[in-house]
Amino acid sequence: MSELRRPIESGVPDSKQFMHPALVKNYGTWAYHDRPRPGVLRHVAANGEAVFTVKAGTQRQMDVFTIRKLCDIADQHCDGHIRFTIRSSVEFMTPDESKVQPLIDRLEAEGFPVGGTGNSVGFISHTQGWLHCDIPGTDASGVVKAMMDQLYDEFKNEDMPNRVKITTSCCQINCGGQGDIAINVQHTKPPVINHALVSGVCERPAVIARCPVAAIRPALVDGKPSLEVDEKKCVCCGACFPPCPPMQINDPVHSKIAIWVGGKHSSTRSKPMFHKLVAAGLPNNAPRWPEVAEVVKTILATYKADARAWERMGEWIERIGWPRFFEMTELPFTKYHVDTWRGGRANLNASSHLHF
Amino acid sequence: MSKKMPSTPMLDELESGPWPSFVSGLKRLAEVDGKPHGAIMKSLLGQLEHSYQTRKGYWKGGTVGVFGYGAGVIPRFSEVAGQFPESSEFHTIRIMPAPGFFYDTKTLRQMCDIWEEHGSGLIALHGQSGDIMFQGCRTDQVQPAWDKLNEMGFDMGGAGAGVRTAASCIGPARCEQACYDTLAAHRAVINDFTDDIHRPSLPYKMKFKFSGCANDCANATQRADVAILGTWKDDMQVDQAEVQAKVKQLGRKEFINQVVRMCPTQALGLNDDDTLDVDNKSCVRCMHCINVCTKALKPGKQRGICILVGGKRTLKIGDLLGTVVVPFMPLESEDDFAALVDLCHRMLDFFADNALEHERTGEMIERIGLANYLEGLDLPLDLNMISQPRTNSYVRTDGWDEEVRKWNEIKAGAAE
Repeated sequence: MSELRRPIESGVPDSKQFMHPALVKNYGTWAYHDRPRPGVLRHVAANGEAVFTVKAGTQRQMDVFTIRKLCDIADQHCDGHIRFTIRSSVEFMTPDESKVQPLIDRLEAEGFPVGGTGNSVGFISHTQGWLHCDIPGTDASGVVKAMMDQLYDEFKNEDMPNRVKITTSCCQINCGGQGDIAINVQHTKPPVINHALVSGVCERPAVIARCPVAAIRPALVDGKPSLEVDEKKCVCCGACFPPCPPMQINDPVHSKIAIWVGGKHSSTRSKPMFHKLVAAGLPNNAPRWPEVAEVVKTILATYKADARAWERMGEWIERIGWPRFFEMTELPFTKYHVDTWRGGRANLNASSHLHF
Repeated sequence: MSKKMPSTPMLDELESGPWPSFVSGLKRLAEVDGKPHGAIMKSLLGQLEHSYQTRKGYWKGGTVGVFGYGAGVIPRFSEVAGQFPESSEFHTIRIMPAPGFFYDTKTLRQMCDIWEEHGSGLIALHGQSGDIMFQGCRTDQVQPAWDKLNEMGFDMGGAGAGVRTAASCIGPARCEQACYDTLAAHRAVINDFTDDIHRPSLPYKMKFKFSGCANDCANATQRADVAILGTWKDDMQVDQAEVQAKVKQLGRKEFINQVVRMCPTQALGLNDDDTLDVDNKSCVRCMHCINVCTKALKPGKQRGICILVGGKRTLKIGDLLGTVVVPFMPLESEDDFAALVDLCHRMLDFFADNALEHERTGEMIERIGLANYLEGLDLPLDLNMISQPRTNSYVRTDGWDEEVRKWNEIKAGAAE
């Protein structure tokens, strides 16, 4: 270590230096937009100038060769500017309508599906998984690849009642966030504790404090300070695992996949909603997770066939009622669907409103 | 002397199918000889296949950083380094992109060159927090890679118990619905918090996200401790000729189904001449009708932000959505931006002083009550903060007259 360089604490750079000049010119003066076809947006400014956006899916975890290929496409078709969406799709913008079709053709030829706009199934937002995370129960990248292969046409078309946002998460911390459909790991057994390591790597009071149900207490095991779990109280959430890796929660068989539906962030029409549990106990069946894909496809097909225009997944279910949702999807309803957490009573039906 | 590609029968199955395959990308990196990533990625593919075979992850954390900062590098050491030595250190460097995720190709190519030289050649665009994730770096390459990225004009993102990298929607760069400049607000707030991003010393993480309207394209409401959403105060703008054109396009029945009936507060009606009847006093600025009729309808002209505080996912007390603490603030002048930055600082300071270890803002507010939070931040009470008044009588009301006096003062102040 010869010379140490002090960081330049520059913060977030200005976006305008990277934007297509047509966006800089019309910044803040947009009048309206429409979608000439799936995967393409047209924004028109107050002065009548239009900018076309072509949107395509990516694998998010990209090798430099893929990124350079996207750069080549941007250089050749839209003056070297590129943008990514919150859900890792790539967007190319150009004021020149004649460049749109060649851009679409080029992207499709290079294997990037054009779509993800309007009432389509967008790319699945996801977490790091086995590739990089220190606590994952599954590999989100793999789950997402397997699902998107099956939802490919729904990404490329706008045939859904409203947009569908799907998320995946490799543990119950749920870094993938709320979604119309969420595909999340759900552990089913308490952690297996490697007592020999606990005192060396875990700050025991912090681990005890982390447990949402106060199921962890200090213990002396084989003469060494360790922790024990009251397995009757444990809800198998895995919260103790990140601060204390010897509390191994991941299990090749007992870490299952659960499916949640009806979450949304937007305040559009209805207020924001959390996603709700509809299926659990699905096997963590790498590399293609066929059982998970089956449930997701069933839910999507039912929503697509039955929801009214503009109803998001959660809004559709609120209208038709949960009995009808479970009836139409043929998913089993169990005692585990009934909320037992604090405030859970608000999720019971305190009325004589009934569906038959 | 090149190492052989590992056998990856399970990963190979993720190379088929129409969606772009990340596995094929990993293999492209692994197949290159003469760059460091060839060996790293052969080894990484081996470990990932091992994870697929055994259904378990094999990374553990540690402490790796760069000179001058206390966060931003996510250390990863392999627990199976004996079998897969070349990827035994596979750290991530989090870098904050420009708001709205804008790039030019020169910048992206430069980043690729740096990461090809110093890292694995794998870059996630973007992580869930909104960072560029330069994934897979040996400990001794972290500082040189960072030095070059920093010299390009990019700065480290957040990690741990500090302010995190923010995210924002595309805003006025390409959206007529943006009610404020999300990209400018993102920069104004985050660049005033660089110390709290780079040297985390809070009870737990704190996230800001910026969405230009109620559509919340930045997913702020549940994913940010402080969600800054665009809204407007006056009447929404209606171009009645364009409404009539939309009625013609959809048909009257479908216009009623898709626009009028979907209004959450029944603030809309269709007039006999196919123009729109809007009850603006009942409108809650939800954006639905504007989304459907992008040419005919627009937010009003008196635009600004509302701020929802406390969103987070499950751990520890359960899921929380952000709730309103500021129903409206203008955000146009320099003074407006300064007022927002000042408020964000007060939110951070109050959180730093009052949250318990590993408690998020929403959990803290749940514990102390919204009224105490507002008092601590010196924010006025507002009816838009509640969905309904309390339904239980377990409250001491012996300060009632004083509170009525305060309310009358607020009202008198607003009337001035």
